[in-house]
Amino acid sequence: MTRDEIREGLAEILEEVAGVNPDDAAEDKSFTDDLDVDSLSMVEVVVAAEERFDVKIPDDEVQNLKTVGDAVSFIEKAGK
Amino acid sequence: MLEGKRLLVTGLITEQSLAFGVAKLAQEHGAQVILTGFGRMSLVERIAKRLPAPAPVLELDVTNAEQLDSLADRVKEHADGLDGVLHSIAYAPPSALGGGFLTAPWEDVATALHVSAFSFKSLAMATLPLLSKGAGIVGMDFDASQAWPVYDWMGVSKATLESTCRYLARDLGPKGIRVNLVAAGPVRTLAAKSIPGFEAFEEAWTGRAPLGWSLTDSEPVAKACLALLSDWFPATTGEIVHVDGGFHAVGV
Ligand SMILES: NC(=O)c1ccc[n+]([C@@H]2O[C@H](COP(=O)([O-])OP(=O)(O)OC[C@H]3O[C@@H](n4cnc5c(N)ncnc54)[C@H](O)[C@@H]3O)[C@@H](O)[C@H]2O)c1
Repeated sequence: MTRDEIREGLAEILEEVAGVNPDDAAEDKSFTDDLDVDSLSMVEVVVAAEERFDVKIPDDEVQNLKTVGDAVSFIEKAGK
Repeated sequence: MLEGKRLLVTGLITEQSLAFGVAKLAQEHGAQVILTGFGRMSLVERIAKRLPAPAPVLELDVTNAEQLDSLADRVKEHADGLDGVLHSIAYAPPSALGGGFLTAPWEDVATALHVSAFSFKSLAMATLPLLSKGAGIVGMDFDASQAWPVYDWMGVSKATLESTCRYLARDLGPKGIRVNLVAAGPVRTLAAKSIPGFEAFEEAWTGRAPLGWSLTDSEPVAKACLALLSDWFPATTGEIVHVDGGFHAVGV
C-alpha cells in the first residue's frame, strides 16, 4: 500500500470516528491540535486503523503518533 | 466452572479494560456473555468483536434512569435470566483526581460518587428481576482502607463502593444473591492512565507486592471475578477479595 492510500484510508476513519473533513487530514496535521481529535476518539481511530490495515498499534506507541504523517509512517512500516 | 452461566459484563471500552479480560475468560470457559457499553458505543462494538465469541452489546449509562429501567427487558431479548453481573465502572471528573482533593467542587464529587459507587446499587436493582438464588454480583474495587496519593475523591468513591457492597449483601442475601468486590492492583487501562500521577502506584506495587505484580496482565483479576461469580463461593457475600499480589498485607 502506498503512503497516499494509507493516508486516504486514515482520512476516512477520521471522518467516520471523529467527524474530521477528509480534506483537512493532511500528513502535517496534528490529531489533537489541528483536527480536534479527543483522546477517546483517538483510541477508536487506532482500533479502526488496526482493523482496516491489519496491523497492531501497541498502546505505548500511540503517544508517539502526533500527526497524520506519524500514523501513516507507522502503518507503512508495520504493514511490511 | 462457568458452563452455561449467563453473565452481564459492564465497563468494556478497550482491550485493556478489566471487563474485557473478564468477558474473554468467561467465554473461554463456556459462559454466555452479554455486554453493556457507555458513551462511545461504536468503540465498544469494535472491541466486542475482538472477543473469542460474539456478544450482544446493550447501551447503559448507569446515571440514566430510563436506560436502567429498561435494562432487564433488553437483556431478556438475549437470555431468560442472569447468573452473574459484573460492575466494572468508575469515573471522576479531572478536578476530583490528581491532587485536587481540597478544591474539587461538590458537583464533580457527586458525579464521581454517582457513577462509581451509587451505580453499584442501581445496577443491582436494574438486574434484580433476572437474578435468582445463587446468582452473584461482583464489583471492581481499589483498596479504600487508606488514603493514597492522587486518588482523591475516587478513593472516597471506592470507600463508598465498599460500604455499598456490604449493604447490598445485607439486603439481597435473603434472596440468595451474593454481592462481592475484587480489590485489584494497578493495571494500565484507559481509566488508570487518565489519573495524573498513576506512576506512583505502578512503582509501589511492582516493588512491594510479595507475589510481584504485572501492570499489563489483568487475567488474575478476571479469574477472581469469575470465581466469585461461579458456584464455588456459595457462602461468601459482602466480601472484598484482594487481587493485588499481596500488597495490602505488607508494610514498607
Ligand atoms: N485499572 C486499575 O488499576 C484498577 C484497579 C482497581 C480497580 N479498578 C476499577 O475497575 C473498574 C474498571 O476500570 P478499568 O480500569 O477497566 O478502566 P476502563 O476505562 O477500561 O473502564 C471504565 C469503564 O467505566 C465506564 N463508564 C464510565 N462512566 C460510565 C457511566 N456513566 N455509565 C456506564 N459506564 C460508565 C467506561 O465506559 C469504561 O468502560 C473501575 O471500577 C475501576 O475503578 C481499576
